[in-house]
This record gives sequence, structure tokens and C-alpha cells, in this order.
Amino acid sequence: MTAFATQHLADPVFRAQANFRALMDALSRPGTIQRLVVDEDAGDIDVDLAAIALTLIDHETSLWLSPSLADDHKVREWLAFATGAPLVDAPERAAFALVAEADPLPDHRAFGQGTQEYPDRSTTIVKACGGLTHGPRLACSGPGIKASATVAPAGLGPNFVERWAENRALFPRGVDLILCAGGAVMGMPRTLTIKRLEV
Amino acid sequence: MTGEPFYNFAYLDEQTKRMIRRAILKAIAIPGYQVPFASREMPMPYGWGTGGVQVTAAIIGRDDVLKVIDQGADDTTNAVSIRAFFQKVTNVAVTTDTGAATIIQTRHRIPEHPLIDGQIIVYQVPIPEPLRFLEPRETETRTMHALEEYGLMHVKLYEDIARHGEIATTYAYPVKVEGRYVMDPSPTPKFDNPKMHMSPALQLFGAGRERRIYAIPPYSDVVSLDFDDHPFTVQRFDKPCALCGGDDVYLDEVIMDDRGTRMFVCSDTAHCDGRRSEGHVGKQAAVEEARR
Amino acid sequence: MYVAVKGGEKAIANAHRLLADRRRGNRDLPAIGLDQIVEQLALGVDRVMAEGSLYDRELAALALRQARGDMIEAIFLLRAYRTTLSRFGYSRPIETGEMRIERRISATFKDLPGGQLLGPTFDYTHRLLDPSLAGDEAIPEGERISVDDASPPPRVSALLAEEGLVEEDGSVEGDHIADITREPQDYPMGRDGRLQSLARGDEGFLLALAYSTQRGFGRSHPFAGEIRIGEVEVELDVPELDFAVPLGRVRVTECQMINQFKGSAKAPPQFTRGYGLVFGQSERKAMAMALCDRSLRAGELGEETGAPAQDEEFVLSHCDNVQATGFVEHLKLPHYVDFQAELDLVRRMRAVHEAENETAEDQREAAE
Repeated sequence: MTAFATQHLADPVFRAQANFRALMDALSRPGTIQRLVVDEDAGDIDVDLAAIALTLIDHETSLWLSPSLADDHKVREWLAFATGAPLVDAPERAAFALVAEADPLPDHRAFGQGTQEYPDRSTTIVKACGGLTHGPRLACSGPGIKASATVAPAGLGPNFVERWAENRALFPRGVDLILCAGGAVMGMPRTLTIKRLEV
Repeated sequence: MTGEPFYNFAYLDEQTKRMIRRAILKAIAIPGYQVPFASREMPMPYGWGTGGVQVTAAIIGRDDVLKVIDQGADDTTNAVSIRAFFQKVTNVAVTTDTGAATIIQTRHRIPEHPLIDGQIIVYQVPIPEPLRFLEPRETETRTMHALEEYGLMHVKLYEDIARHGEIATTYAYPVKVEGRYVMDPSPTPKFDNPKMHMSPALQLFGAGRERRIYAIPPYSDVVSLDFDDHPFTVQRFDKPCALCGGDDVYLDEVIMDDRGTRMFVCSDTAHCDGRRSEGHVGKQAAVEEARR
Repeated sequence: MYVAVKGGEKAIANAHRLLADRRRGNRDLPAIGLDQIVEQLALGVDRVMAEGSLYDRELAALALRQARGDMIEAIFLLRAYRTTLSRFGYSRPIETGEMRIERRISATFKDLPGGQLLGPTFDYTHRLLDPSLAGDEAIPEGERISVDDASPPPRVSALLAEEGLVEEDGSVEGDHIADITREPQDYPMGRDGRLQSLARGDEGFLLALAYSTQRGFGRSHPFAGEIRIGEVEVELDVPELDFAVPLGRVRVTECQMINQFKGSAKAPPQFTRGYGLVFGQSERKAMAMALCDRSLRAGELGEETGAPAQDEEFVLSHCDNVQATGFVEHLKLPHYVDFQAELDLVRRMRAVHEAENETAEDQREAAE
């Protein structure tokens, strides 16, 4: 990124734009890793989750929090103050779900899948991971990928590939997944086909 | 000229940008599906590119290089007007060079120069619903998409063949995206349809008045609807561009005088200029040269 | 030498200069002031505010002047400005029952509590051009009566409701009220979204639709139960305060149509309502809106449907004049790329047609 751009990123308008482009690139080119512009002093919440929340979430989007986030009143306060998003207890009603690194990725079926008429009315899950490059290797294909891409996010759980196949089969319904770690982000849109690679 | 302090960067307020950005991400995740969004009034009229302008305003950053075309040309009045708008509200760099642009906003054409990885093309869309002229009701067409019930479209195309011997749709020719959604490519000539298939660029579509955003991610399957016995074909011109001599490009017909003399020239003006500066000379340009 | 449309930029700049010149007109005449427009073309200003959905007389007057008096252009200018304004919250519903009334009439009762108050109306004027208005003759003050603000006249619908003769006022399901400026349109639409769309809908379009219902295309047997014009208070709930903060007053026109209803399995025979509410003074628009609102309820009330004014998608997706004018006028933009594709097709089809005719001709000659 150029020095010119970096100096503007202190400004929330340009930071949101840069992070949105990272998310858009991540979801339109699955398998690639995009850089986020994070604020190390964001508060009492994971800086990657904070950056994504500030980019996409506001008072018009219902938000579900994974247990360790929901139990932390500082996190709740920060989100309420920074985004104004109404929190929901029922994951299927959430436009966005934030999942802490400490919490497992919940079953996709618990979230909003959209309807056949309105498949866009589904939950986008944002999961903080231990890392994006040293987990089990997965082969991805689908729109946005020329032939095939290999990714290796950590901490998605042992049955992730099987569960994702179920989600894929629901298309056009289904959830979309955004993974983040260490100031970087990776997208898994519902169109993605994922296979486990033998080690 | 700098952005006016009265308005936010790229004109839209941040809340509106977030709303549009969320719609764009859904559109990318469901290729070809029309995502409803709460389109805003823009300072240009509905039908003049408000959807494309809102999409561009939601994605554009200070480092972007913007190209705006209408009918393939950078210097048509509406392209000039939209480009001037973005210069005023973002102060970004603008270009006519397709290869140099990071964002290309277009009405009715896809540039001749192949798009590359990392580029974004934003289409202005008047009527996003490909089934609209067969079924005017939104409630009905929504169900047809939900059930993947596209028989009506095939019937219409087949009736064309029965009546005219060929499919009589020459622009806004429907495509199927990733084997699921039938999508309107915007009123581009069907000549441009093959460029959408497996394009390395991200393709975003904005319909402001109709409040819909849709997308084709890079490297996606985009198939023009057709029949085994009547495969999809594009218009071929029997002569090259009169100015640059280019073949396999879309040509505009220009009437030269009141005796019906006609000349065919590239619709993509930047492409034509580029070829001419590389020394390519078409028939008419050669005549002009000799006369000088 | 053929030059494409080079110089678009310069042409646009020149066109805008000429527009500014024509807008100003003869420089020997004084420029018209916004206060003059607000005061003397007040109903034009009201319409711009109503369909522009922004209550600001001065800005509406500015828009009218900038648009050279073109209403729809002025409405568009105001809308495009409105959409950039920050949203601080949603005001409480205005209480038209507590309106400071300037005009209030009912066609359903000869006299009623609070009385009939004609106010500043064109009704019963003879439409004769008045040459005295070409000049600036002194105009005497209007006659005013003092109205007791403490006990405003009751709504006519409330009088009927006491006997259960008219349906209850509608209520909103849940706590979410639609906002058509913030949410995409979705059919079928709730009555909240529908009323919002009608309130900013084009006066002429709604008038014609309302008229069509009177002529038999979806008849709804209406009576003008009450029309009232006056100022109402706008108040905002602020989270930390335990009282609503008054923001100011707006002038509105409200029309409640009372319509016959034969009753259904679920509801006894009673009168139903069509509702119209518009910024400023515009009875025509409020009445047309009320007729259209009632018409669009035909399905909900189990009545026969099929007339244009009863078709929600048809009415609501075409009533916005900013959208309509944009799309109709966009045909001015160049379409030569598409036209070229069509030209090519028509030429080829004509060639085939001629060849077929010639063959037919040859065959006929051969047969003879």
C-alpha cells in the first residue's frame, strides 16, 4: 500500500473503505488472503473482529455473539458503542455472527439460511482463527477461483469439510463465512466447494 | 477540483455505504441473484446510472483509477458527467486507458481490451430482471427465480426462432450464471456476452431505480441461453473499423452525408485511439491522411 | 473529418451556462426572492415539500427557482439533498387530532362539534381571471376567528367510532415501522410502507387513479368524512429524557375518506377508511391519496380486485415521479450501441424477407 494511502487510513472513512475492499476481494477471490487495516487500540475485542465489525455492522444489522464474546460485558459495551447493532440471542435471526477464536465454529444450521425467494437474508459468520495458513490443508474450487486453490485456516473443527458440504448443497441458501487472524482475512462464500487434502 | 466539504468522500454517507457494501457481499456470494438494496436518490436522475454510481461510490478509494464509458466511449456526455461527479466528490485519478483503470463504470459496453485480475467493472442497469418483459410482476418473477423456473424465457427465445428463423434479441441477451440464476447482462450488445464468461475481473451490476445489486465473481461460468439446434452466435461485422482497421470489435455506424454514405468505426474509442497511436490505419483514416 | 462526440465536457459546461442565463431571464427585471416564492407561490412550495419529502419552505423555494418553476425538477432537487441528511431518529407520530386548525370540513355531517371551517380555499371562487392581480393592489387582512387550542375539534371518524360504525384506526404490527427511504421495496407491502409511498407519490398520477375508481374501475363508495388543514407539533423521544422534545410545527393536510363496506365473514357491515396525509396545503393530493389507499385495501377487505387502482405493484412502483421522470427521460441518452445491433438484425431479416418474396414470385411466374 502506498504511503499516501496509509496516511489516510487513520480516518474512519478510508479505513472502512480499505477494509471493505479487503472483504470484497476475500469473498470474490476465495483462497486469497487479504490484509486488514486494524486499530491496535480498538478496545477489549479482537482487533480483526473489531475492524470487520466497524466495516459492516451498524444499527440496521442484528448481531449474534459467540459465548465468550457474549459473556464479556466490555465486548458488548464496545460493540454497542461502536456499531449500535441490536444483539440477538437467536442465531437464526442474526445478519452477522461474531465468533471468538476461543469458541468453536457453531453448526451452520443454527444460523439464518435465507429463503429460496430471498437467499440473501442469511447470516454472515465472522470467525477469528488461530491462523490462516497452518491449519489442515483444504482444496477449494468455485466462482472466483480459476482452477483450484489451497487454503489452511486453523481452528474450524474436525467436521468442517462435511458440514460445509451440507451448506454448499443448500445453495442458493446458506451461510457465508469470513475468517480472520493476525490482521488478515479470508472469505468462504456459500458457492465454495471444499475438499480435504491428504497430508 | 477538490471534494466539497459539504458532502462525504464519494458523496454517500457512511451508513449508506455500509448498506450497499453488505448488498455487494451478498451479491458476490450468490452469483446472478438480484439483491434488493435501499437505493438512495442521487444527484443525477434515475435511469441515468444511479445504480452504477452508488456501487462505484461504495467501493471506490483514494488509490483507485476510474474509467467511465457510455456506449463504449469515454467522451459521451453522460460518461463525462459521471466522471466529473466522481472527480468532484473523490478527487481520484481518472483514465480512458482500460488497462490502467482499477474501476470501470460502464453503460451498454464491455471494453474490447480484455479485463484483468484485480479490475472491477461496474455496470449501470436499467431493468435488472431478465424475466420482466415476460412477466411484469415482481412477486411472480421472484417465485420463478426461487423455483429455477425459466421455461418462459426459453419459450420466448424459441418463438423468436419460429418466427424469424433466429433469436431476435440483440442486446440485454439473457445469460445463466454458474448454472443457476438467469441474469440480465444490462443492455450491452450480445457481442459482449462472451467477455463475461470466466472474466478475471469482478463484475458488479447496480440498478438504482429498481433497487437491485448483483454480481459475477471473477472466473465464473456465464452462458448465454440458446438451443442445441440454434447455438448462441454474436454479430459479426463484414468490414474492419474505418479509423484503426480493427477486426473483431464492435462497430458504430456513422452517417457521413445526406446521400447515405456510411462509415463503421470502433464503439470503444479508447481501444481505437490506442490502435491508431500504435500505427494501425483504417481505410477512412488513410484517405484523410492522403488528402492532407 | 469525422470527429466522434469529442468535447462533451465543453458542450456540457456551455449548456449549463446557457441554462443559468435563461433561468435569470431579462436582467432589467429584479430577481425573484425566495421569500417571495414562499409567500406568494406557497402551494407550489407545498407540493415540492410534499413530494420531495422534506419540510423546509426555503429550500423548496430555492429548488423551485433553480428548476425554473418545473415542479418535478424541483422535487428531484429536494430529494437528492434530503437523502444526504443524517438520520437522528424517528419522531413520534404526529397527532392530527390536536391540530391547530385553519380549515376543516366534513361532507358527511351538516354541522358537527367544532363546526365547518372553510379557511383559505379556492372552493366557491369563480374561476375568472382577476386583472387586479396583475398589479399590486392593497389586499385587506383576512378575517380570523380565535380557536380554542385547549379543546380542538374532534375528528369525524372518532364521532362515528363511538357507535362502532367505522372500523378501528389501523395499528402497526410489532414495533417496526417501515421506512421506504431506508429499505428496499418488497411486495406485498404493509400499509405503513404503502401510505409512505402514496404520500410522496405524484399528485397527477394519484389524482388520475383516484378518478378512475370514481368512474367504476374499482369503485369504493367514498364520502369525504373530514378534511383538515393546519399545524401540528413534531416531537422526538430522546433516550435519556422522560418527555418528548418538541422540534417544531409543520403544516399538513389530512383527509379521512369514509367508505361503504358490506361486511364479510370476519367483520360486520361498517364504514371503512381511506387515509391521506400530505405536507402543506394540498387537498387534491390528500383526497386522491385517501381514495388510492382505500382502493389498495380491496384485497385485505375481501372485495373484488382487478382495477388498476387496486393493483399494489402497479400503483406503488409507478407513483414516484422522480423515478418515472428519470427513466422516461433517460431515453434521451445515447443508445446507438443497442440501436446498431437492432439495425443489423432488421437489415438481415429484411434481406431474408425479400429473398423469400422473390422466390415466391419466381414460382408464381413459373406456374403461370
